Amino acid sequence: MHLTLEFAGGAELLFGKQKKHSIDLPENSTPWTIRTLLVWIRENLLRERPELFIQGDSVRPGILVLINDTDWELFDGLNYQLKTNDNILFVSTLHGG
Amino acid sequence: MPWRTTSRLGTFCGVFRRQALDRGAMKLAVNKIATGHNADDIAETILMNILRGDIARLKRCTSIITGDESDENEASTIPRCKPLKYAYEKEIVLYAFYKRLDYFSTECLYSPNAYRGNIRTYIKDLERLRPSSIIDIIHSGEQLIVKQTAKMPVQRVCERCSYCSSMPICKACLLIEGLNKGVPKLGIGKTERYRKEMQKQDQCCSDQSLCHCMKEKLTVKEKD
Repeated sequence: MHLTLEFAGGAELLFGKQKKHSIDLPENSTPWTIRTLLVWIRENLLRERPELFIQGDSVRPGILVLINDTDWELFDGLNYQLKTNDNILFVSTLHGG
Repeated sequence: MPWRTTSRLGTFCGVFRRQALDRGAMKLAVNKIATGHNADDIAETILMNILRGDIARLKRCTSIITGDESDENEASTIPRCKPLKYAYEKEIVLYAFYKRLDYFSTECLYSPNAYRGNIRTYIKDLERLRPSSIIDIIHSGEQLIVKQTAKMPVQRVCERCSYCSSMPICKACLLIEGLNKGVPKLGIGKTERYRKEMQKQDQCCSDQSLCHCMKEKLTVKEKD
């Protein structure tokens, strides 16, 4: 399944400073959700300091998730089932000191 | 444990930056300073002041304008305002993203371990359970009234540098003295003893003292 992942607001620093990632998820017996995508991201894409991106089975509080430019809370959040060519944007709001 | 050594570093940074901002503004003869504090910041500050028992700051921190001369408890510094007081950080970040505004987004390395860092995590977790938490905390903070009989610090002027201060010697001077005298915790935590000693006599740069500048002079002499 082909997806576009975008990282902004400082989150890109954890992914080799690359803001846009074009990825292909392998076929799976159960449908891909944001929850399983996060596991995949941590194992395949996250370069450093996973605790700054992921907390438990979700994103660290303060990181916004947008699915096709819409707040994930308007969908099913972690349980949203990914569709091919979806655009998932992760924006960090954690700045300063 | 990292917590003990890095949890008070925000004090140095915040105190010096704020004074630098004030002093710079005075030189430019500015009549108001606008800061970018947003709703998340204000909510954090309210909780921080409650947890620290800082009633003076708690009273001031929800005002959208501070340092106004009309309040006789405020020393006459340049008034400050927070135009984004009710704007969520989330709104600001998404605005900047969609308008493609370039901004400095690096999180300070010490901030997750700082006192405010713990509160920030707590508020973010609260927000997850109840999205209106942040604005609710601000609303509650605004409703707080301090008893007339509560002991409040009196605004006066620092004996060393004449900056406004609630203590005889302002926080910035205290921090610098601590660094010069090799007592870096001065101004951070309970150092009543040291503070009293400092106020007795200015011992810096006398022959018997071991302050930083004196140490350097000794080293130079040895090399000759």
